Formats: sequence, structure tokens, C-alpha cells
Amino acid sequence: MTAGPLDPEAFRSERAARAIVERIRGLATAPAALMEVCGTHTVAISRFGLRSLLPERLRLLSGPGCPVCVTPVGEIDRAIAIARLPDTIVATFGDMMRVPGSESSLERERARGADVRIVYSPLDALEIAAEEPGREIVFLGVGFETTSPTVAATIARADREGLRNVSVLPFFKRIPPALRKLAAVPDRSLDGFICPGHVSVVLGSDAYRSIARDDGLPCVVTGFEPLDILWGIFLLLRQANDVRAGGRAKVEIQYRRAVTREGNPAALAMLDDVFEICDAEWRGIGEIPESGYAIAEPYRNLDAGPRFDVELPPPADDGPCICGEIMLGEKLPDDCPSFGTACTPRSPLGPCMVSSEGSCAAFYRYERGRRDRR
Amino acid sequence: MATSGDPRKTDESIRLGHGSGGALMHELIETVIVDALANPVLEAMEDAAELPTVGGHRLEGGRLAVTTDSYVVQPLFFPGGDIGTLAVSGTVNDLAMKGARPVCLTLGLVAEEGLALDALRRVLASIATTARDAGVAVVAGDTKVVERGGIGGLVLNTAGIGVIPDGVRSSCDRVQDGDAVIVSGTLGDHETAILVAREGLKLEQEIASDCAPLGGLVAAALEACPETHLLRDPTRGGLATVLCEVADGAGVGITIDEASLPVRPEVRSVCEILGFDPVYMANEGKAVLFVPGDAADDVLEALRAHPLGREAALVGRVGGRPGVAVRTVVGGLRPLVMLEAAQLPRIC
Repeated sequence: MTAGPLDPEAFRSERAARAIVERIRGLATAPAALMEVCGTHTVAISRFGLRSLLPERLRLLSGPGCPVCVTPVGEIDRAIAIARLPDTIVATFGDMMRVPGSESSLERERARGADVRIVYSPLDALEIAAEEPGREIVFLGVGFETTSPTVAATIARADREGLRNVSVLPFFKRIPPALRKLAAVPDRSLDGFICPGHVSVVLGSDAYRSIARDDGLPCVVTGFEPLDILWGIFLLLRQANDVRAGGRAKVEIQYRRAVTREGNPAALAMLDDVFEICDAEWRGIGEIPESGYAIAEPYRNLDAGPRFDVELPPPADDGPCICGEIMLGEKLPDDCPSFGTACTPRSPLGPCMVSSEGSCAAFYRYERGRRDRR
Repeated sequence: MATSGDPRKTDESIRLGHGSGGALMHELIETVIVDALANPVLEAMEDAAELPTVGGHRLEGGRLAVTTDSYVVQPLFFPGGDIGTLAVSGTVNDLAMKGARPVCLTLGLVAEEGLALDALRRVLASIATTARDAGVAVVAGDTKVVERGGIGGLVLNTAGIGVIPDGVRSSCDRVQDGDAVIVSGTLGDHETAILVAREGLKLEQEIASDCAPLGGLVAAALEACPETHLLRDPTRGGLATVLCEVADGAGVGITIDEASLPVRPEVRSVCEILGFDPVYMANEGKAVLFVPGDAADDVLEALRAHPLGREAALVGRVGGRPGVAVRTVVGGLRPLVMLEAAQLPRIC
């Protein structure tokens, strides 16, 4: 089989990987820290064992890239409370099932008889609504900009079709404000952002210009194959060295086969039509201004928040969980004293261990014992 | 985090994860089921039970192997087979993994009120065909009907009986350093096919289950290497779960070379999109073989000469620190662990 430009095997060549790692080693002359903010990057880095190939002084940090992990406890509690209502179906992406709320989880509620269904697409919620006219279907709108346009399109369609028994809980978060917050952390020791690949397909790489220009942090929009990530790391280190020598940070696109500077105009128009930007709370981090989407007129009647009047339990605090520090890049999962002992995927203390794209879950699955292996 | 993190709270009811093949299911089996039924044969926890004597009587030339299985697959009919094909293949394969020649099966049917008779006829035709291909007879059965609602049309239960010839011993405690780890073909086909069928995903290329009885394939491998240490079929939980069980059971280390894992391109694509790893996906027509290192070439040749083993591959070796490790496609090294429960499709 010959390798063509879209042959996935070409992006996994061990020989090419070695060559890029050599060049990275050449550039990594001083300690450096690079952060990704995308759950798929988190998993890919760990799954392909990339940290085991790179020099120790180059730290790959995981930011708040898992939309499930940053959904606040109160929002989970609201979804659970709605699931408990009679004649109500909660439709959700799979990952939300196991995230602990203050007292329960959607998975436990389903075991107790609540109708909670895993869907692959928000449009599935409309299908269910059509099949179950006597019941209310509530879709959990969790995700970043990769996902929010498709939910926006779903809301627009529900409105066009006059579906009265479907609504959405708008738990979406926006990545660029989170990056600005991370960039603004005082005494931050961050040398660059591995920018998310698919969020950037929607937003366009220009969305990160202010981070490079005003916060002085190199940004490289990176794909998800191991060679994509290694090459993205190389480009970031090259920039970081340049910045240290007095140069200026910029935004580069490594993921050229999918990402442009302008993004996807149809998706952006959809977001603009259906949503309006609002402040949002990120679990473990706190409020980030302008980092969420609320449903705008004339679609506001499809917002499940005001439609269902539910009582919420007092929000549980995080106890010993340090997911917040991990998502801010201050610690890595195996710095946490509970990691792998009191906190495991079976008995998670926080969302980062529950979600399959959470940093702690990725470490638990792919990087346990890494310090012993060095 | 309130309830979930409290180790004193136990699961008060069965969750879907308890049936997934992962660590949750293992825990249920060990702490609730085996705990209640304990006996030395059961506790060996192999794919089939090996009975050296039956009520004090020894069989001539071999030992009795017994296994049981229930089949709850949805949908009932899928590309590559149906619940009937699965029932015969799955049971025959459990016997084959103990090195047994399968002899006969029992068949229990639980049908749901409203099941189309034609559907039942189709399933029975599949059972008949597959049993004939596998050289077994269905010798006993039972039929029940339950009220409409909840079992998805049809549930099957089987018991399988076979004979393990003298000189053949497939057992976890035989796995040792230096063993070669071989898989008889591509990984993840069955579960990916089911997923595609169940979710109604429309693909250009149809993905078929690999559901097939392996008695003949295993016989060929055992002829090439009668000292084969262990056979396992990577069903629920996939190859990864088998490797973790064996590493744990035999107290050994296993290193897998990711680049050598055979996976069909269309299976890989679907798994990539959904965020699944083929190494955890169930197969119903594949075997994992642990053979002495110097026998690897002979076994591979024998497997590849058989229609069900054309894509057999050497995927790893036993040795090193206890546990399972993967050498990734780009040369990185990382552990391979059992999943807690079923994989969930990712969000973005």
C-alpha cells in the first residue's frame, strides 16, 4: 500500500517520529512547558506514549480540555433533577453518564429507573421527541466549539419543525476565553499552547491571535495523529526559543489539512444565530467571563433551564480532588496524592478521573508507573 | 465529591457496566458470584471447566470439558451472522480454548411474546448450519416464553460439552517468560459490526461480524504445537482484557507491539471516529494463543493455512515486569490496563 497524503499510516510512521523527536531534543535546551486544551490531545499524547519519547525537561501539561470535566456540579445536579421528573427523557453524550453530581450520577439514576439515553448526535434527540410525543426530551448540551454548532443547528431545526417537547440545557463552554485566563495566570511557566484541532476547524486559527499578540504565548493548531502532535511540539519549541531571544509569538497551523485562518463560516453563523455569549462557570476553575453560550431569542423557549422548575441539592464541594489545579496546568495527575489510590475510575473523587478524555483518567489508563519506567 | 468517592458505599443494584467485560464485571463475578459458589474447578476461571473425572469415572483418552453461555445480543440479526450463529460459535469456541474437541450443545430459548416466528426460524437455521460446520449436535433444549417487554425478542442459553485429548493442556498457569503471543486474525470486527448495526451508522463499506466456530482452526494450531500453553478467545473486553487476565493470573509481564496488531481499515476508521480502541472490542471468531517462543513460526504457518486464520499475527512476547505494556506505533511505551466498564463514545 503506497502512502498517500490522506493515508493515516503516514502519520504514524515510527521512523518519521524518531526524526522529529531528534529535532525536538535539539531545541529543548531549557525546561519548557506546553499545554494542550483538548481531551483528544490529552488521550493521544498518553495513548501513544509520547512523554516516554521526549526529554523530561519538556513538560506536556493538560489544560481544561475535557468539556465533561469542566461542567460544574450544579449543572450535573440540574440534569439529574430533570431526569427524575416523570415522563421525561434525558438524552446525552455517553461521557456525562458517570460524572458524579452532589448526590448521584445519570448512570445511577438510569439504574433506578430514570429514562436516560446515550446518543451519538444531538439530532437523535429530535428523533426521540418525534417518537415520544407525550414526553419531554431534554438534551444535555455539553461541549466546546466542535460540538456547539451542531447543537445550534439542532435547536434551529427543532424550532423550524415546531417541536414542542424537546429542549436543551446549554452547558457549552468556549475555548479562547479559557486560554486567555490560563495565559493571564501570574508567574505562569507556560511556553506555548497546543491549540485544539477540531475546535479550530470551526473557529479558525485567527481566534488565537490575541493570545500570541497580547499574552505573548506561541500557539500552534495541531492535529491528533502522533506525528501531528510531535510536529506541533517542534513548531512550538522553535517559536519559544525565538521568543526567548526577543522575537514575537505567533499563531501557526500544523493541522493544515483541516484548519484555516477563518474557520467554518456556516458553523460560525449558526452559533451567532442561535446563541449569545455569556459568562460561565468552569468546574474547579471558577467563572470565566464570556466563556459560555446561552440560547438567544427567538429560540429561548427551547432552553430547558427555565422550562423545568427543579430543586437542586446543596452543591457538594470537591473534597480532596485537585482537578482544578490539574486543569490549570499547575499539577499533573500523578502529582495528586489521591491518584490511583483513593481516586480511581471505579471510585472517582472528581470528573477528571471519570471522563474518558479527562487528564486523570488518561493518566490512569496510559501513564501509571511512568516515573518508574524512566 | 459526595457519594461516588465514598469507598464504604457499595453498588446497590446491577449497572450495565457489570456486563461489559471490564473490571466492574470481574469484581461482580469474583466477590458476589464465585464467592457464593466456590469450588476448585470454578475458581480456575478458564473459558471452559475441565473435569478430570466425572463422578469418580475417568474418560478414556481425555478429560471432559464443560462450558455455559447466554446470548443477549442486539440486534438479533447483523452483518456476518445472528444470535444463533453466535450461540453455537461462542460455546464451541469456549470449549476449543481449552483444547477440547466439541461434542454437543444444549440450547435454551427464552422468546419474547410477539417475536416473529420467521425470525425464530431464521435463528434456528443459523444454529443448524453453524452446528453442522462445527461438527456438533444440539442434544437437549428448553423453551420458554416471557411477556412482551424487555428482552429484545430472544435470549439464548447454551451448555457445551467437549473432550480434551490427553497431552493437551491449555491453562493460564502454563504461560511463562519467552512465550510468543499470537492472534489468529483481525481485532474488533464483531463488536464494531454490532455497534454499526445497532446505531444505524451508514458506512460505505459493510463491517461484518467475524462470528465463527474455531474447532478446526484450534486443532490445526495444536497439531503444529501440542505444547501450546494457553488459548483464549477475546470476546467481551477484547484482546486487552485477555492479556490483563493472563498477566494477572500467571503473574507475568506481556509486551505487545501495537504496529503488529491486525485491524481491518474500516474497523479502525469507525473506532477512530467514535473514540474506541479496537484492542478492547469483542471478537467472536478469533483466538489468542500463548505458545513456546520457538514454536511461533510453526503455529503462524498452521493458522495462516486455515481459512479462518489467514491474518494470524505475532503480536507480542511474555517477559519483563508483571503487567501488560504496549510499544506504541511511534515507539513509545505505555501500560495496557483493563477498562472499568464499557467504552463510551466520545463527545468531540
